Amino acid sequence: MPIVQVDNLHKRFGSLEVLKGISLTVERGSVVALLGRSGSGKSTLLRCLNGLETFDSGSAEVAGHKVTAQPAALRELRKDVGIVFQSFNLFPHLSVADNVTLAPRLVHRLDKASAAALAEEMLARVGLSDKLHARPDQLSGGQQQRVAIARSLAMKPKVMLFDEVTSALDPELTAEVLVVMERLAADGMTMLLVTHEMGFARGVATQSVFMLDGRIHEAGPPAEMFAHPGTREFQQFIGQSLK
Amino acid sequence: MIRDYSLAEALFLLDSAKWTILLTLLATLFGGLLGMVVALARTSTSRLLQQAATGYIATIQGIPVLILLFLSYFGLSRAGFNLPAIVAASVSLSIYASAYLGDIWRGAIQSVPIQQWEASASLALTRAQQFRTVIIPQAVRISVPPTVGFLVQLVKNTSIVSIVSVVELTRAGQLINNATFQPFPVFITVAAIYFAICFPLSWSSRYLERKFNANRPG
Repeated sequence: MPIVQVDNLHKRFGSLEVLKGISLTVERGSVVALLGRSGSGKSTLLRCLNGLETFDSGSAEVAGHKVTAQPAALRELRKDVGIVFQSFNLFPHLSVADNVTLAPRLVHRLDKASAAALAEEMLARVGLSDKLHARPDQLSGGQQQRVAIARSLAMKPKVMLFDEVTSALDPELTAEVLVVMERLAADGMTMLLVTHEMGFARGVATQSVFMLDGRIHEAGPPAEMFAHPGTREFQQFIGQSLK
Repeated sequence: MIRDYSLAEALFLLDSAKWTILLTLLATLFGGLLGMVVALARTSTSRLLQQAATGYIATIQGIPVLILLFLSYFGLSRAGFNLPAIVAASVSLSIYASAYLGDIWRGAIQSVPIQQWEASASLALTRAQQFRTVIIPQAVRISVPPTVGFLVQLVKNTSIVSIVSVVELTRAGQLINNATFQPFPVFITVAAIYFAICFPLSWSSRYLERKFNANRPG
C-alpha cells in the first residue's frame, strides 16, 4: 500500500487556481523531489499534505491518515508526518534541546529523563551534540536547519516533508543540511521535498515530479528524466537550473 | 484658619499615595485578568468571541474613564448596590485597564510570526499547548514595553477618582491646598510623588526592553 496517495487535488487562492488536479502515489521509503518554478504549486501541494493548507476538492492520504480540516484528526496525522521549513522556524525562546523535546513531551507524554536522552540522540543524528544547551540565535543558519530536522525527527515520523529547506542558506551551509537529508534517505525515511538542488534531486531522489502551472507536467525516475527530458518545459527548466 | 505647609502636611500627602498605589495595583490585577480573557477571546478561532472582544475593546476605549467612574459610582448606587467609593473606583479603573491591556496583549499575540503557529501545529500540538508553550512566552516579551507604558498612564489616571472623594494623592493635594493656600509647594510635592512612582516603572521597562533585545538575533 502506498504511504502517500493524492487523488485529483484542486486548490484555489481566491480566483487563482494553484493546484489543478494533482494525483500522486508515493511508496514507503521513496524520496520524491518536487521540482518547478516558483508559483508552480509545489510548496502548496506539500503544505496540503499535512493540513497547513486546505484544499477544495480531491483527496489525500498520508501515512494512513486522511487529510481533513478537523483539528483532532489533523493532530493524529501530524504525529506521523514531519515538516521542515525554509525559514527553520525554531522556537526562539527555547534552548536547542527544548526545541527538540517540546512536542514529544507534550504529545507523547515523555518524562524528563527520556526527553533528555531523546534530545541527545536526535542532535547526534544531525551532528549537533555540542549545541544541546545553545539558543537558536547562537547558531548558524545551517545549524538551525539541522536542529529543525532533529525537532521533526524526535516525533518519530513515518513521512518527512521538506519545503525548500536550503533556499535560505548560503551555499557553504547548504551542504551540511543536504548531508543530513541524504543520510535520512539512506535510513529508509519516506521523504517529499520541494527543492532547487538539482544535484540532490538527481542523486538522492528516487522519483522526481516536475510541476508546471498547478499540474504535474512530467514525473519519473530522476536518472531517466534528467538524461532524457520528456518535455520541452522540463528540458528548459533543468537547462536554466544547471547554468 | 490657614495652616502652614509643614512636614505634617507633606507626610499626609505621602500617606495618601498608598491609595493611589492600591488603586493601581487593584486595577492592574483585575484589569489584567479580564484583559487576558479579552486578548484570548480576540485571538480565538471563534468568530463570536472575536467580535465580542472587539466590541468590548472599542466600547470601553470610546468612553472617558470619568464616565466609567460615574457609571460605577452613581449608576450602581442608583441600581441598589451601595458600593464604597474605593470599590466603585477600583471597578471602573479595572474595566478601563482591561480594554487597554486586552488590546495591547492582542497585538502582542498577533505579532508572533505565523510561522511559529505553523511549526508548532505541525508538531501535533493542540491550540492550547501552542498558546501556552510557544505563543504566549514570545508575546510576553513583545508586550512588556507597551504594558508598562500603560501602567504609567494608569498611575496618573487614578487621580480622577478624587472626584468621588476617594482621598488618594490628588484629592489629598486639593485638601491640603484648601487648608494652606500654598499651591506651589503642595502640588510640587504631589507631582514629585507621582514621578517617584512612575519613573521606576518607565526605567524598568527600558531595562527589560534592552535585556530582551540583547537576546535577539541582530
